[in-house]
Amino acid sequence: MRHLLSIDDLDADDLHRLLELTDHMMEISSRPIPKVPALRGKNVVSLFFEDSTRTRTSFDTAAKRLSADTMNFSVSSSSVSKGESLRDTIETIAAMGVDAFVVRHRSSGAPQMITRWTNASIINAGDGWHQHPTQALLDCYTIRTGLNRRDGFDGLRIAIVGDIKHSRVARSDVQAFAALGAHVTVVAPPTLLPPSLDGWPVEVSHDLDSLLPDLDVLYLLRVQRERMEEALLPSLHEYSLLYGLTDARAARLAPHALVMHPGPMNRGVEMVADPGELSGSVILNQVTNGVAVRMAVLFWLLGSGTDLTEAP
Amino acid sequence: MLSADDVRRALTRIAHEVVERNHGVEGLAIVGLQRGGVWLAQALAELLAAIDPQHEVPVGSIDVSFHRDDVGIRPIVPASVTDIAVALDGLTVVLVDDVLFTGRTVRAALEALNEYGRPRAVQLAVLVDRGHRELPIRPDFVGKNLPTAREESVIATAEGVTIR
Repeated sequence: MRHLLSIDDLDADDLHRLLELTDHMMEISSRPIPKVPALRGKNVVSLFFEDSTRTRTSFDTAAKRLSADTMNFSVSSSSVSKGESLRDTIETIAAMGVDAFVVRHRSSGAPQMITRWTNASIINAGDGWHQHPTQALLDCYTIRTGLNRRDGFDGLRIAIVGDIKHSRVARSDVQAFAALGAHVTVVAPPTLLPPSLDGWPVEVSHDLDSLLPDLDVLYLLRVQRERMEEALLPSLHEYSLLYGLTDARAARLAPHALVMHPGPMNRGVEMVADPGELSGSVILNQVTNGVAVRMAVLFWLLGSGTDLTEAP
Repeated sequence: MLSADDVRRALTRIAHEVVERNHGVEGLAIVGLQRGGVWLAQALAELLAAIDPQHEVPVGSIDVSFHRDDVGIRPIVPASVTDIAVALDGLTVVLVDDVLFTGRTVRAALEALNEYGRPRAVQLAVLVDRGHRELPIRPDFVGKNLPTAREESVIATAEGVTIR
């Protein structure tokens, strides 16, 4: 595999293999000197056309732990603001010698386009409403370790709550969780669901409260304030009353249930309770695991020589 | 080439040589190389415990995939996750592998070990030395020297050693 553009690119075996590779990366991260020489001499360029701190920092840390060289390219300080086209930007940077581009772009499909203009590996770090595959992988890894489900998610009940329509995290997570065998329910007001859920391996609910006691994982999405201006929500307060995680709702979760959030959190909107007080919160684990998962992806694309399916 | 009994005898001799060289087992740690060295490291540790039950010798295993010099050239599939529970500072580490061939895995292991501390010394024990070294690496303890052709492969298990 040369690129990671979408969870679609991976079958269940690939997912398992990447998650197993992540175990190794966690061990590396736990060492006194968390660095290995595996990707020495490889050049990894982050190309972020949209704001992000955690994803960019996470990829940067991951590349450095594998001894790759890293370069950051941000739109505000670049020629893009002088009117350079995406293609010219890519070709110019690629000419400096790049092994992988980590791309975030507001337009769905931009990373796919970029694969045509360069020989480097492309890793999608979020494109529009489309996909955010490394987020889905780190979420899978967090559930796998948090609930000790190394062999898959058969029988797990996962609810993803919030703005499904505009969420690339939801799209990627639904595919990955379902591929591993979980039973996924998306929970949202009708205005925040896509016009059609044909082909989504999910159930739909508008009633969070009835689901709570049976959940193994409650996954909260960030509610973007601009949705208010588009009149998709009457008010944040109303959203919070119906779908926010309050102390009362948290108390109705099973004791083993995990609470997850991709960040950044809106306190008082989708997250009303104090996440620090929630026994099931694994939100900071998600961040830690994110670095290891991205190390696994970088090593898979740049370091393993060929598919991991072949034994040495 | 070696029967199960031969393997057991060779290991017992190596255990005694390790004790002799290090004047006992105090300050030793055994680290097996993934994958073939892991069962050997375990077996060696049990033999050492039988020789000197007073001192417990820590046993670990190390996966060197990410330290190899052929990353990106050939498929690299990491084995089990490295498991080294003690800081190696000041200890004498006995690295254990089943078959010593080019020496490149051992080189990678030496580099990987540094990340777990600074051992006082590192010694190398192998069940089979089959020659064809590509690096200046020499074992301290050898079960059996086995002349082989480069293209042959050597399989070493507790049931014996065969060449294919």
